[in-house]
Amino acid sequence: MTKPGKVFVLPESTSHRPVIIEPSLCTGCNRCVTVCPSDVFLPAETKGRPPHVVYPGECWYEGSCVLACPIPGAIRLELPLSQRVRWKRRERS
Amino acid sequence: MKKPLPAIRWPYPLEWDKTEKAACDVLVLGGGMAGCFAALGAARSGSSVILLEKAAAETSGAAGSGCDHWESAATNPCSRVSPEELTGAMIRSHHGYNNGISHYIECREGYDRLLDLEAMGARIRDEQGLFRGAEFRDEATKLLFAYDYVNRFTLRVFGTTFKPALNRECRRSGVRVFDRAMATALLTGGGIPSERVTGAVAVMARTGKLLAVAAKAVVLCTSRPSRIWLFSPEYPGVSEFRPPQTTGDGHAMAWRIGARFTMMEKSVKGEWSGTRSYPPYGTGNNHNTWYACTMVDAEGREIPWTDRDGRTLAGVSERYRPAPGQRFFLKGGGEPEFPFYEFQGPETLPVDELLKKGYKLPFYADLGAMPEMERTVIWGMMVGEEGKTRVPILQTYSERGFDPERDVLQSYGDGWKSGSFLPQERQLFGLPGGLLNDWRLMTSVEGLFAAGDALFASNCAGHAAATGHYAGRHAAACAARRASSAIDPRQLKNERERIQAYLKKRPGTGWKEINAAVCRIMQNSCGAVNTEELLRAGIAALEELREREMPLLSASNPHELVRCLEVENILTNAELIIHACLARRASSRELHFQRFDYPDVDPPDWNKFVTVRKTAAGVEEGEEPLEYYGSLPDNYERYNPERGGRRR
Repeated sequence: MTKPGKVFVLPESTSHRPVIIEPSLCTGCNRCVTVCPSDVFLPAETKGRPPHVVYPGECWYEGSCVLACPIPGAIRLELPLSQRVRWKRRERS
Repeated sequence: MKKPLPAIRWPYPLEWDKTEKAACDVLVLGGGMAGCFAALGAARSGSSVILLEKAAAETSGAAGSGCDHWESAATNPCSRVSPEELTGAMIRSHHGYNNGISHYIECREGYDRLLDLEAMGARIRDEQGLFRGAEFRDEATKLLFAYDYVNRFTLRVFGTTFKPALNRECRRSGVRVFDRAMATALLTGGGIPSERVTGAVAVMARTGKLLAVAAKAVVLCTSRPSRIWLFSPEYPGVSEFRPPQTTGDGHAMAWRIGARFTMMEKSVKGEWSGTRSYPPYGTGNNHNTWYACTMVDAEGREIPWTDRDGRTLAGVSERYRPAPGQRFFLKGGGEPEFPFYEFQGPETLPVDELLKKGYKLPFYADLGAMPEMERTVIWGMMVGEEGKTRVPILQTYSERGFDPERDVLQSYGDGWKSGSFLPQERQLFGLPGGLLNDWRLMTSVEGLFAAGDALFASNCAGHAAATGHYAGRHAAACAARRASSAIDPRQLKNERERIQAYLKKRPGTGWKEINAAVCRIMQNSCGAVNTEELLRAGIAALEELREREMPLLSASNPHELVRCLEVENILTNAELIIHACLARRASSRELHFQRFDYPDVDPPDWNKFVTVRKTAAGVEEGEEPLEYYGSLPDNYERYNPERGGRRR
C-alpha cells in the first residue's frame, strides 16, 4: 500500500475538454471542486489558483460547476463534438 | 505542440490506514432526493441520523442538478384524480408489474414533500407570475401543471432549487452528513441470507479512510444499477442517462447479504447514452420535458397529433386534454412502451406510418409554432429546470445562437429519441427491478429499508422523495424498538481487507477495462436473447472475470479506489440480473423479456413477481402474487394510522 504523502496523479488524457477554466477570472474558491458529483477536479496546491481537471472523462456534463461558480465566465462547459445537436432556421410549407 | 500534463501531488490527507467509528439510530445510504428525505423523515421522528453520500449532497443523485416535473401529486389542491385512481392506473397500465405500495405512497405523500421543499426555500410555484393566464397555471395556487391540464396531477416545478435546499435542511435538522463517503458493505447479524442489518462500512472518496457505522436501522437510498450493458471508456461519465457515480451500489450490497429482489430480469433497449445518443432533452422531440412540442418534417410540414381513437387534434391545447369520454391520461416517466388504451394520451403518429404518408426525415421540434406560453414553459422553464439541461442545453445552445422562435431543433434516431440503439444495448429504465418491499418499505432483511431507485419499479423524483421520507419514518420506528447494535469486528476486518486489496501494487488492469468487459459479456449473453445455456455461459464468463481479472485491478489513490469498488458492484449486479433472468422461465411483454427457450409470452402461470436472493448454498428463487400488497388505502392507513385523516 502506498504511503500517505507519496501519491501523485497524472491528469487523465482525453480527446475532449468538458470543463474550461479561465485562469484570469478564476479566484480558486474551489466551489466547483466541492459540488462536482463526479469529483473530476483536484484543488490547486497554491491557494487562489484554479483547480486541476484531473478526470475529464468522468464528467456528466450537467454543469453543477458552472452553476456554483460565483464569477461569470470563469468556468465553461463544452459538450463533446459527438454530442452537438443541429438546428436550422424554420421554413413553412 | 501540447505541453505534457504535470503530475499533481494528491491534495487531500491520505488516511487509508485509519478507521473512524460512529453510531446512530438510522443510517441512510445515498444522499440523493430519496436519501435526503429519508434522513429528514427519520430525524423528524426523533432519531439520530447519519447520511452517507458518495458525491456531495448539495448536487448529487439523478435529481441533483434539477427536475422539471413532479408526477402523481394526486393530493395537490387542483388534482381531479384520487391517489387510488392514479395508483390503480399505474398498476393496470403495466399489467400488474408495478410497485403498488411505493406508488401509492407517491400519490398520497408526494405533494406533501413538495410543500416541505417550499418551506425549505425551494420554488414549486409561479410566484412571479411568469405564466399568468396560461392554461397550465392555476391562478389561485400559482401551481403549474404538465401533461393533462384537465386533471392536473403532474406539476411543473423549479427543480434546480431542490437539492441545495434539501442539503441545507438536512444539516439544519441535525443529520450528520458525510459527503464523499461511499458505502461499501452492510453489516449484519446472522449468515446469508442475513437476519438483520446492524450498520454499514464506507470508504471516504478523497482520503481513503474507512468509516464503520453501527445503526439500529438502515435505509438504502442508492441508485438502480447502471453501466451493465453500456460503457464508453472515452466518455465514462455519459455512459448512461443517470450520473456516472450512480452505479447501483445498494443493489450489490443488499444482494451480498441475501436480500430479496424482484423484476431484475426486466431491461429495456437503451434510450439514452453518450455512446449512442445526443444529450437527454437536448434534441428535438415532443416527450417528457418537451411534451407536447410541435414537430415538423424536413420540409417544414407539421406532423399531426391524434388522440387514442385516432382522431386528429385541431390545436395545441387539445394535446393536453383527455379524449372524449376518457377519465384522464398518463404521461411521463414509466410510461408504457405499449400504450394502454384506457390511459393513452395524445401522441403523434408512429414514425413508420409518417414515412409511408410521405413525411421526410429528419424531423425537427418547432417551438416557434407553439403559443408563446407553451413555448416559453418548454424552452426556459422545463428545459432549464430538468436535470442537466440548465447549463448544457439552455445556456449552451443560447450562447451558440439558438432562437426558439425562429429555429427548429433536429430530432435523431427513430423519430423522437436522441439516438438509435441495438437490441442488446440495454438499460434499467422504465420501472426496472430492485429490492422487494413490504408496507413499511422494509426489505426482506430486518431493519433494512429501501427508497427511491433502490426499490423495484421506481421512477422519478416525486417517487424518490415520497418513499424516502416514508422509509425514514418507518426506519425510525423500527430503530426505536431495537437495542443498539455493535460493529462486528470480524465483518469490519473482512471489508477492510477487501477494500485495501485494491491499494496493493499489482500489474494493473484498470477499472474501465473491467467495466467494458462486463458490458461485452452482458450484451452477448443476457438481455436481448435469453436462453438457459447462454445465460449460464454469461455467469461463467463473469465468474472468470471476477476470479482472474479482479485480483489484478488496482488503485493508486482514493478516487480510483472508489471506481474499483464501483466496478466490483457492477460485476455483482450483472450476476444478479442473470440469476433473475434464469429464474423467469417464460417470456413477458411487459418486462421486455424474451426467453427463446420459453417463447410463450406471459403464460398465466408466470403472471407473478419472480424473486431471487443469494443464500449460502447458491441462489434461491421465489415468487409473490402481483397484488401481494393487498388493499392500498386499507393497508396504508393500517401502517400509518397517524396519517389516516390527511387524505383529501
